[in-house]
Amino acid sequence: MNDRNRDIGEYIPAPDDDVIVCRCEEITKGEIRRAVHDGMFTLTEIRRYLRTGMGLCQGQTCTKLVKGIVARELNVRPAELREATGRAPMRPIEMNILAKDRGEQG
Amino acid sequence: MKEADDCGVEVVLNAVVIGLFPEKEITVKIEDHVEHVKGDTILIATGASENMVTFPGWTLPGVIGAGAAQTMMNLHGILPGKRVLMLGSGNVGLVVSFQLMQAGCEVVALADAAPRVGGYGVHAAKVARLGVPFYLSHTIVSAEGKDCVTGVTIAEVDSSWQVVKGTEKHFDVDTICLAVGLSPMAKLCDMAGCQMEDNPAKAGFVPVVDEYGETSVPGIYAAGDVSGIEEASSAMIEGRIAGIAAAARLGFVTQEEAKRDCQKQEEALSGLRQGMFAPGMRGKKITETEEGVAISQNLLEHGFVASEEIERFPGVTHQKGIHPVIECTQNIPCNPCQDACKRHCIKIGSKITSLPVLDTEAECTGCGMCVASCSGQAIFLVNEDCGDGTAEITMPYEFLPLPAAGDRGMALGRNGEEVCDAVVLGVRSAKAFDHTHLLTIKVAKEYAMKARFFRKGAVQ
Repeated sequence: MNDRNRDIGEYIPAPDDDVIVCRCEEITKGEIRRAVHDGMFTLTEIRRYLRTGMGLCQGQTCTKLVKGIVARELNVRPAELREATGRAPMRPIEMNILAKDRGEQG
Repeated sequence: MKEADDCGVEVVLNAVVIGLFPEKEITVKIEDHVEHVKGDTILIATGASENMVTFPGWTLPGVIGAGAAQTMMNLHGILPGKRVLMLGSGNVGLVVSFQLMQAGCEVVALADAAPRVGGYGVHAAKVARLGVPFYLSHTIVSAEGKDCVTGVTIAEVDSSWQVVKGTEKHFDVDTICLAVGLSPMAKLCDMAGCQMEDNPAKAGFVPVVDEYGETSVPGIYAAGDVSGIEEASSAMIEGRIAGIAAAARLGFVTQEEAKRDCQKQEEALSGLRQGMFAPGMRGKKITETEEGVAISQNLLEHGFVASEEIERFPGVTHQKGIHPVIECTQNIPCNPCQDACKRHCIKIGSKITSLPVLDTEAECTGCGMCVASCSGQAIFLVNEDCGDGTAEITMPYEFLPLPAAGDRGMALGRNGEEVCDAVVLGVRSAKAFDHTHLLTIKVAKEYAMKARFFRKGAVQ
């Protein structure tokens, strides 16, 4: 999967490239497809590159959609792509609450 | 909640787990602070989130998930919209369509890209007899509207899921409801370092668990949809099994006790995983029941059993006097009707997925308990010939306002089309019926096996 020399062909514009996929960060299908051709072959890279799944819903809406688009572009099955790393905070949280956390056990 | 209380379990609601770290340390947001908790065992039951599909206009206000529709109706008492198109014919799509109509919405159509109805036939039949057309092998081409949804266009898809030009159908709707499957929400398991797998049979990215729900991290368990999408009843049993295993691990019960209790639960679980909708059956085309009866193709393609198909099922018999007619035609794990009948008219047997069979020797008293017990609303009490050229049909009725004795209207067929005039003889409500009302109508006797719903209104 991480073989960057793999030839995935040219990016070919598609009529539905302007459909928004990640609605929190307003990322389109075309942007995701182009990112793959820019060399972003893993879901973690796509997330860092475009911020898909980094908005309010934390990927609950688009994770599966993004995975499908990237898989099709790489010509692999979606199940072959490793999910992006799961990290805290799992859910959106106010910064002042997070900042107050001193790490003591409750 | 009471059960937890009685056992001395502290329940903290509105507490959001924001992280699960090594050594089983959990950070939880409670009100305005973060608490750190360490568990000896942890059970993760975070469930699933709804899948979405994209099409031009899918981000317009008015395109919602079926779960959102349910939350709006059942939790907040708000109507999601007036006219709804449902995408998805799985149990979620079917049941939520029915609930939308109960709440007062009009469901103009139910569409699914698959060529056959995905959910239980009985749930489809409930929706079809209300007059909702089913469009299988159809998908949404686009949602229309400027500031919100004002319409939707669907079209047929071919076997490679491509839209067939010229098959477009337009509906004026203010709501498009998506019920296109669920994905496990297993990110916490991933973060905790559990071994994960991407398993299409479990509908996504899930932790690898053993028979007790334990993940690769000793002491961390996962139960329910988070470890693979299934029905709610399976999830509850998985939760019990993981709970027992966790209790044994902590020494609250002996290993022997745990083994015995788990075995009982495992048996119940494997019973639920039988039949035509068992996890291993996904995507398989089934042509006959376990009993060897040909499946109703009309049910799979249009949502209702055709009149010429219904007679071949063992729950459908013709008898003198009042008797149940059970339009249950698929092997699903469900058997309340068997226990509901105190006269033992209805037999399913030990295999929970078997089709109900009528014992024509046992005498039906017309109590209606079977009608009310069937969550698929597939049981009707029928007196095919009252002696005066009429027939009486008692059906489950879960809409308000309730009709009253003497009300006139039309009887609807299984496909929701008007079949004949009908007059209401009465409505029975009882605590034992658990919120289902039993509506009895009188129709001309030739419609005894056709009339399956009632709509009040002008008689033609």
